Amino acid sequence: MTAIDPTAHLTAEQIEELGRELDAIRDEVIASRGEKDAAYIRKVISAQRKLELVSRGVLLFSIFPPAWLLGTAGLSVAKIMDNMEIGHNVLHGQWDWMRDPKIHSTTWEWDHVSPSEQWKHSHNELHHTYTNVIGKDNDLGYGIMRVDEDQKWQPLHLGQPLWNFINACFFEYGIAAYDLELGKNLHKRRRKNPEFRARAKAVGRKIRKQVLKDYVIHPLLSGPSFLTTLAATFTANLVRNIWSHSVIMCGHFPEGVQVFERRSIKGETRGQWYLRQMMGSANISGSRALHFMTGNLSHQIEHHLFPDLPSNRYAEVAVKVRALFEKYELEYVTGPLPKQVFSAWRKVFRLSLPNKKPKVKTPDREQELVAA
Amino acid sequence: MTSTALRSRAWKLLEMVTTPLLPSDYLDLVSPLRAGADLRGRIEAVHPETGDAATIVIRPGRGWRGHTAGQYVRIGVDVDGVRLWRAYSLTSPTNRQDGRVTITVKAIPDGKVSNHLVRRAKPGTLIQLDQPNGDFVLPQAKPAKVLYLTAGSGITPVMGMLRDIEFDDVVMVHCAPQPQDVIFRNELHDLVADKKLRLTEVHTDTDGMLDIARLNELVPDWAERETWACGPAGLLDAAEEHWTEHGVQERLHTERFRPSIAVAGDGGEVTFSATGKTVDADGATPLLDIGEEAGVLMPSGCRMGICFGCVTPLKAGAVRDLRTGEITEAEPGVLIQTCVSAAAGPCDIER
Ligand code: FES
Repeated sequence: MTAIDPTAHLTAEQIEELGRELDAIRDEVIASRGEKDAAYIRKVISAQRKLELVSRGVLLFSIFPPAWLLGTAGLSVAKIMDNMEIGHNVLHGQWDWMRDPKIHSTTWEWDHVSPSEQWKHSHNELHHTYTNVIGKDNDLGYGIMRVDEDQKWQPLHLGQPLWNFINACFFEYGIAAYDLELGKNLHKRRRKNPEFRARAKAVGRKIRKQVLKDYVIHPLLSGPSFLTTLAATFTANLVRNIWSHSVIMCGHFPEGVQVFERRSIKGETRGQWYLRQMMGSANISGSRALHFMTGNLSHQIEHHLFPDLPSNRYAEVAVKVRALFEKYELEYVTGPLPKQVFSAWRKVFRLSLPNKKPKVKTPDREQELVAA
Repeated sequence: MTSTALRSRAWKLLEMVTTPLLPSDYLDLVSPLRAGADLRGRIEAVHPETGDAATIVIRPGRGWRGHTAGQYVRIGVDVDGVRLWRAYSLTSPTNRQDGRVTITVKAIPDGKVSNHLVRRAKPGTLIQLDQPNGDFVLPQAKPAKVLYLTAGSGITPVMGMLRDIEFDDVVMVHCAPQPQDVIFRNELHDLVADKKLRLTEVHTDTDGMLDIARLNELVPDWAERETWACGPAGLLDAAEEHWTEHGVQERLHTERFRPSIAVAGDGGEVTFSATGKTVDADGATPLLDIGEEAGVLMPSGCRMGICFGCVTPLKAGAVRDLRTGEITEAEPGVLIQTCVSAAAGPCDIER
């Protein structure tokens, strides 16, 4: 909870009016979804697949440095596209309206060690419902970090810059463990739970397949280029992991983003839910290429307001959303990628140490709303 | 090792390379019509027939098994980006040299797919196909005398028959509002000129609806003829009654484009409890469509009741299987296929 509630000036009616205005934005996009959007995602999927094929083909000759460079770069980009603009968004059901069973949240599987099914639960259901609610939204620090002054400091937090760095490098494994709720399931009793075991098995299977592909079969097929291809796929995974970790950190960690207390969401109205998403997310500004490579999660605020709208529409939605931020005098947290990444990392470092001065207790949002 | 065993090993290896996708996901990019792919077709031409009907020439994928005259095919077409499935009669002869097949589509008011196909479909477009289906077909043994009784677009399966096999004695009675509404009119008149067909056109705008009793006068020997009838439900109901009355019902074959829908307990309020949505549903629309229209995340696959990709728990109420009319009531553990089930009263779907 930040010292001053930046939404304190809004009345309950204003918040509901804001909700209605956001609903109208959403309805407009839904009514105009069509052929162009469908063509867009098909084009992206086809481009991703071709890029991946060509890159893997080039890597068969990765013993030659230019081939290594080209293939690694291509594969990194292909993996980023798969996870960000395609996987994340398809799994949100953004393209389900096309009724194409091949591009559908219930059938899609991504190039990632966390099985789609599990990720959808922890991400779509938990994180998107309880965005930035301490104790409910585990994305806040992934259970391994302290990301707000209100969280109690423990000596373990001293190491969090290091954990965060390791997490960035092996991000897909971090996510898989997180989706499994590994931390809380490692107790003896929980480990035996058949439901947990089934899920752990599914993760194991997925990891085995992914590892076999990237670190055994593809290098083996490369023959004399075995080692260089192995290094290439490792590098591509590393690049993809660090990239997606950075993008995702920018979504909720930069300075200016609000977190909320558990009790502040009791009996939350639609308007209040929207408001929490607005205050709990941050954007990244930049070129069209940047938006694309982040899977349009650079429009994190818009994505959190409307998680199931097709990603290619967030840019146009952003203009209208931003106007609402201005109208209601709210801070639209955004900035270029380096700035946002730096801001998020600074917070990680800062909060690895105990709070400087004892915090003054501030009223929470609910009480202020009642007062207003 | 046998060559099949070798091939399946190679395929397994390929699957490992493409995981989590399948080799076919990549092959589809370059060769969507190849053997072994999901069945698709490519629209190669669209020929207007009348003001609101057109013939679509389709090159089917390699997996196409061929059809029998009179059968229909279900096609999946993307209209405004949304995949919609409809069934259309095949109008091409079965021995067409170039391997293409045709369907002939009449645009019906507010028909999303039919209007799209007649007015907007472009050559080059990929569509999804099912294998041809239906038992509105000619028998192995040639009947001596044949009657085709059709109305409107009910002529389409019959045209497939006419183009496929010649009979010695064929009469056709066809109803359409006006002469220019008769699909395939020129071709029919050519057949008449060649003495291959006797044709009676009933123009309902001027002549009124066909009174089935008039058959005695139009085709005096109708009762001796093997008859294939296709058209609106009213015509078919009257024909079935007429043939039964004269004790010759085994000579009548009918095809209904839309199965008649049961009346009792039709439709109701559907609750999607996991999402917290409640909507009104009629008794004819699949719950899958109802859910999708309401913005509920619905799993799906074939959308025709074969893949079980859409099964979902039915928590309360009852649903009707649109194919058989069978009613399923909620009980713990009961799963329904939402793509072929409609609300039979209020129900609760766990989605
Ligand atoms: S979608 Fe295939 S059975 Fe329902």
